Amino acid sequence: MKIIVAVKQVPVRDSLIHIDSSGRWLDEGELSFEINEPDAYALEAALLLKEKHGGEVVVLCAGPERATQTMREALAKGADRAIHVEAEDLVRMDTFGVARLLAAAIADEKADLILTGLQSEDLGLGQTGVVMAEVLGIPHATIIMEIELEESGGRIRVKRELEEGWFQTVEMPLPALLTIQSGISKLRYATLMGIKKAKTKEVRRVAAGAMPEATVSLERVYPPQKKKETRMIGGTPTEAAAALADVLQFEVRVI
Amino acid sequence: MSGVLVVLEFRTQDGLAVWNRISWEALAAGQELAAEIGQPLLAAVAGERPEGPAAEVAQKKLARVYGVAHELLAAYTADGYVASLEQLIGAVRPTYVVMPHTYQVRDFAPRLAARFGETLIADVVGIRMDGGQPVFVRQLLQGKLSGDYLHRGPGPCFVSTQAGAFRPETVEAGACEVETFEPKLEAAMIRSVPGERFRVSEKSVDLTAAPLIVSVGRGIKEKENIPLVEELAQALGAELAASRPICDNGWLPMERQVGSSGQSVSPKVYIAVGISGAIQHLVGMKGSKAVIAINKDENAPIFEVADYGIVGDLFAVVPALTAAVRKAKGM
Repeated sequence: MKIIVAVKQVPVRDSLIHIDSSGRWLDEGELSFEINEPDAYALEAALLLKEKHGGEVVVLCAGPERATQTMREALAKGADRAIHVEAEDLVRMDTFGVARLLAAAIADEKADLILTGLQSEDLGLGQTGVVMAEVLGIPHATIIMEIELEESGGRIRVKRELEEGWFQTVEMPLPALLTIQSGISKLRYATLMGIKKAKTKEVRRVAAGAMPEATVSLERVYPPQKKKETRMIGGTPTEAAAALADVLQFEVRVI
Repeated sequence: MSGVLVVLEFRTQDGLAVWNRISWEALAAGQELAAEIGQPLLAAVAGERPEGPAAEVAQKKLARVYGVAHELLAAYTADGYVASLEQLIGAVRPTYVVMPHTYQVRDFAPRLAARFGETLIADVVGIRMDGGQPVFVRQLLQGKLSGDYLHRGPGPCFVSTQAGAFRPETVEAGACEVETFEPKLEAAMIRSVPGERFRVSEKSVDLTAAPLIVSVGRGIKEKENIPLVEELAQALGAELAASRPICDNGWLPMERQVGSSGQSVSPKVYIAVGISGAIQHLVGMKGSKAVIAINKDENAPIFEVADYGIVGDLFAVVPALTAAVRKAKGM
């Protein structure tokens, strides 16, 4: 079974962020990057499937040079090889453009299954995977918690999350694309042996072709406008706690 | 090309239509947009028998409601919805298609937009006019930033609206005609086989009616630290709840999860401990009357919705608060 995992590199969670001089994105110079958390779960799901059924796991990532670090980490965890779509300014593209770039890079791979996280932690549009499925002409399902390969090998059965604690099982033929929910399994760490082996694994570089103009553009980013007046309570932990206990007793009256 | 087409979502349970409530919020957004750009407001519902729901939507102030009817739409499939709505949009030719940002819309709408060479502007929290053109506002980086998006393609422009972002009560009443639209579908076009909806465990903890909730997030760091928050909840007589990662890790049972995939709560007071306030969590607790946030990061989005805030180390603040509450209660 050949599984491709599409991953994105995003700013480290809880980074201190600054808007760049264009006002259209972040100043990336001072940021550190890491694998998008939902994509880490997609990679884990792929590695578990490979352990059970055999086959190959290929990591796919679009981004500038720094994306190689994220791919090396995935290779160290057990992915077999990587495909790096070299692209500098992904944030200026729309999802349809990015999905086409990714789909074009794997058109000849003939994967059985493509996995990716349900959304990115930076833009959060939650659609690159679904649009890739459309571009590749294969079925998809989103927000997946479990994947089972049917014995014949040609179909999968997945558990899809719905709202408010409901789920649904969906069956579909392979090849297919699934977007994976965060937190569905425990993430593995790379072993020393894995890190060593990763250095010798193949990273195929693909130049991003010219993309037509985006139909949707991010024009400006800015701190959110506050809808509520927040009363900040300062002081030492003990002072703040005492003041908050007063609020609970005399203002919101729940004590 | 003209019109703002809103696609509403319902499912049939025991012969009755159950609306996804965000549908009416999407309709409110559609109405606002249609008024701003001076185009007719249209709506669509899809299903095996959408007549009843379509008639219900027709009691709103709209130009027309389409009941997209086909037996292959009895159960939701991405292939069935994409093909049907592609045909409807091709026939109606709206300039905007507005949908609620539900799990179902997240499943099919990106693919539907791509079929027109377009990108869905997903999870929109506001629409503002600028020089006669709508600007769609989204949250970025888990709510730490806002972003303004413009549509530049030939259209139609596809938009989905975030839960709680638009006010359904602003939708005006009226009367309009219902038109049945029968898409050309064949069983072979639908590649996936959907099963019945199910719940893993019957909900035994009902947080929806709790007047007081203490909720814990990633900031708690380890399972061994949960009792710290548990003690505060006990002292207050509050229900204990959590954000998703805590339940994913098995530190608290899934039934205590607040957020889009868990329960939606509206207590008198919601105390968020070590919760950064990702959008998926906020939609589950927005209805709280008062929100108190304790977090080490002063830029955490939870402070955007908090009435009271303490920026500090929860491991110092929470035990002190438990002690202060006990003292106030004479415990």
